[in-house]
Amino acid sequence: MMVATSLKHIEALLRELSDPEIPVLSIMDMGVVRKVEVEGQKVQVTLTPTYSGCPAMDVMGDDIINKLKEEGFDAKVNLVLSPAWTTDWITENGRQKLEEYGIAAPLEEQADKLALLGEGRLVRCTNCGSTNTRMISQFGSTACKALFKCDDCLEPFDYFKCLK
Amino acid sequence: MKDQLYQYTLQLGDNAMILGHRLSELCGHGPTLETDIALTNISLDLFGQVRNYFQYAASLKGEEKSEDDLAFLRYPHQYKNVLLVEQPNTDFAHVIVRQFFFDAYHLPLLKQLCESNDEQLKAIAQKGIKEVSYHLRFSSTWMKRLGDGTEESHARMQAAVNHLWPYVGEFFMPTQEEEEMQGYGIGPDLAVLKAEYDETIRQVLAESTLVLPEIIGSQKGGKTGIHSEHMGFILADLQYMQRTYPNMNW
Repeated sequence: MMVATSLKHIEALLRELSDPEIPVLSIMDMGVVRKVEVEGQKVQVTLTPTYSGCPAMDVMGDDIINKLKEEGFDAKVNLVLSPAWTTDWITENGRQKLEEYGIAAPLEEQADKLALLGEGRLVRCTNCGSTNTRMISQFGSTACKALFKCDDCLEPFDYFKCLK
Repeated sequence: MKDQLYQYTLQLGDNAMILGHRLSELCGHGPTLETDIALTNISLDLFGQVRNYFQYAASLKGEEKSEDDLAFLRYPHQYKNVLLVEQPNTDFAHVIVRQFFFDAYHLPLLKQLCESNDEQLKAIAQKGIKEVSYHLRFSSTWMKRLGDGTEESHARMQAAVNHLWPYVGEFFMPTQEEEEMQGYGIGPDLAVLKAEYDETIRQVLAESTLVLPEIIGSQKGGKTGIHSEHMGFILADLQYMQRTYPNMNW
């Protein structure tokens, strides 16, 4: 009973933390938290990086430790590489948040490839909803995104690339 | 065996680190904003992989070694990267051709490491392969765009191919560590890797309207610590902070 309560409590705390580069997305919705183990005041959080070199991972790790410390927990963060993170682990809620923030959520693998190779207009503009869009740059403001432009409303926007 | 695995892991990390460093030199100097961002993102991916390799290598070594010791406190002859990755950013053509020659090797290498008998190298490869397949897509696209582009871009690309091709052979000359790792089912079968490599090169060069030069031999030495003159300059830049302020931290 105690354990279940504190696990829920901790998960709620983690939901308040976000990726510093995509502040609308909680680390829980991002799917990077793989495991939370609680034993009394000791907490072990297992994280998996989105990209090998994602500079946000260290910040997220520190944020977790600090946040849980404020609540009286002694937290350790453990990074694991396998199984490798995929964009499928972004929750439905997370995808919605991304879109509202102006980042198009990842398409399925096949559609993603076509869109990124410029062979199909499939990514929906986050501004006007049109799919009359094209890729400007394979790499966007961060490693996980590509830069797109809408040919109807002419606005540029980020697209979160499918990673599988 | 543990020491061989350590040396082998360093070699994997060193290739990614020195190429990552070369690409990082372009930060703020790319020909356009988009390519600048792309090249530095590729650099970042490579550095992420380097950290994974060096953390693992440090754990194999024990002796309280850290990933930073391995990155910053070795001497030039202790780095095991191939000569190709230390070649300078002469112009954008050289940057792209060097990247393409490396990516075409890196992808099938990681593909085989995804089946490695070593669990940690396997995990690092499974993480990195998704990034590297994207790198190859990027460099191949630019090979075609510039090779089959204007007269000027074609001439520059062909010059870069001619200059860098003699460095490629070193990938496929196994060191003792590589042979042993293949024997343990940890490292790749270089013959299989080479077949896939040659096919990628053939396809992309054909579409790029570029040809390989006739060469009589390959440049070699990097894998055994005998580097080109560029290496000392790279390390002077890369190690400056750690040498000047020992044990400094971000």
